[in-house]
Amino acid sequence: MNIEALLLSLRLALCVAAILFVLGMPLAYWLAFSRWRWKFLLEAVVALPLVLPPTVLGFYMLLAMGPRGPLGKCWQAAFGHGLAFTFAGLVIASVLYSLPFAVQPLIASFETVDRKLVDASAVLGAGSLRTFLRVILPLSVPGVITALVLSFAHTLGEFGVVLMVGGNLAGVTRTVSIDIYDRAQSLDFAAAGRTAFLLLVISFAVLSAVYGMNRRAARRAWLPWAAK
Amino acid sequence: MSSPSLAARVRKFFAGDIAPRLSLDLDIEVPPGITIVFGPSGAGKSTLLDCIAGLTQPDAGRISIDGEAFFDSEKKVNLPPQQRRIAYVFQTLALFPHMTVEANVAYGLANVAQQKSGALVAEILQMFRVETLRGRKPREISGGERQRVALARSLVTLPRVLLLDEPLTGLDAELKASIIEDLRAWNAAHQIPILYVTHSREEVDALGERVIAMDHGKIVSEGTPREVLDAPRRRRLAQAAGFENLLAATVLDLREPDGVMRVRLANADCEIEVPLGHAAPGDHVRVAIRAGDILLANEAPRGLSARNILEGRIISLESRGTLVVARVDCEAVFTVHVTPGAVRSLELAIEKRVWLVLKTHSCHFVQG
Repeated sequence: MNIEALLLSLRLALCVAAILFVLGMPLAYWLAFSRWRWKFLLEAVVALPLVLPPTVLGFYMLLAMGPRGPLGKCWQAAFGHGLAFTFAGLVIASVLYSLPFAVQPLIASFETVDRKLVDASAVLGAGSLRTFLRVILPLSVPGVITALVLSFAHTLGEFGVVLMVGGNLAGVTRTVSIDIYDRAQSLDFAAAGRTAFLLLVISFAVLSAVYGMNRRAARRAWLPWAAK
Repeated sequence: MSSPSLAARVRKFFAGDIAPRLSLDLDIEVPPGITIVFGPSGAGKSTLLDCIAGLTQPDAGRISIDGEAFFDSEKKVNLPPQQRRIAYVFQTLALFPHMTVEANVAYGLANVAQQKSGALVAEILQMFRVETLRGRKPREISGGERQRVALARSLVTLPRVLLLDEPLTGLDAELKASIIEDLRAWNAAHQIPILYVTHSREEVDALGERVIAMDHGKIVSEGTPREVLDAPRRRRLAQAAGFENLLAATVLDLREPDGVMRVRLANADCEIEVPLGHAAPGDHVRVAIRAGDILLANEAPRGLSARNILEGRIISLESRGTLVVARVDCEAVFTVHVTPGAVRSLELAIEKRVWLVLKTHSCHFVQG
């Protein structure tokens, strides 16, 4: 069993979930409330990773991150080294890959918040940030949890994008799914089986813990600043 | 303190591809105190409130209080709702479900120092008799209590105008009256204009000093509840006001000394006497009669003061709880409300011959 690969995968999934929590929130808010006529184009872009094969997404990411790609060049200028085949590159690619899994549950839960509550907040003098923090977000807790869990779990299990963008460098980009693939390819079924089983157990434990929490949250909002 | 009035001149058009296109076009002046906006659903009442609150932008017009404009299409003024200091209680109340009563009421006091805001909240909760509920969530209190909390939440901010969109629907009359009393008590001290939207006749009767009746986005009449409700000038308003019978008729002659005129109901050999109105013989008019104002007899009545007695037969009887709706064909078809007890004692049944008795002053003359 490859603990190093497992820890790398967990670290990657946590980073991606955290970044998507910060980026996904304003994006989902905008997509839920904007009346811009071309909004659907952005909605389509956000949903693209759902339908594209991971290899296609990974391929374009690799081009963008390469020494001649726009992302790669910026990164080189800022940090003095390339982006492809690094952990940072993996994080960026995974953020894009898991974007719809964070944004769509957020949009769905923002949209179910009664518009009259939003209107009431405005009439009572609250600006849109205060309305978001005190009314929309607390009433969207189940959606926020779902977004976090799905982006975490989806990143934990990704394979194609990682292989394209990260390659297979032990301790840097060799995630648990790639490790399992490696072992199975070299006919070490016992090691592959142990790692696979551990991944299965962890994924199930995380998902059931969070869905359990979600059920309670659906009954009462529990964000600290909202309960007051 | 001076008594500032709200003035609203609003025009708004809706393209509306699904609903029929509504245009709002009116000019009102609302002095301090309760003014009722009355009209059928879809008349534009809520849209008017949304425009005043700043949740909807009118196409043209001017909305101001005491001369200070929130919205002025000519001068390109359009304050956002946050800056208008207009309180708005929605039909659904829109209490924040995840906050306690106290947090709900304090929500509009974000810019007030905490100590002062606590005192204001305590005071208004007491005024609206909900101080014992401060720690509860909206779903843990009764409907009437929620309505009191919603009022307290709106009024604690000391708004310049209060808008109420059917806030007391679903409450019994006694509870309604007690909430209204508390609202009046609050407003005796603050003297702000209150616009109270409703489509219920009873509320108009119970509340109103001033009534503005609206239909199709326009004002159709203004005045005291009696003046507005008893002289409906428009067909839909008449229906909203509880006139189940609206009959087309032709004026036959005016009997000015008696204060009455005779009309012939359309397509029927049937004449009735109605109060004198602005009409000339030959005019086509409508007569509105409440189903509850018609008496039913199972033999020809005699010795009555009522001038209109029509013979007919029952074509349908439909029970609606404590009320039976009878439709009677007297060449013209009338809808009559009777009690289940009356149905039994008069042995009313379909095809039975009956006589309708209409008091002259129960027959309302409607123009056009």
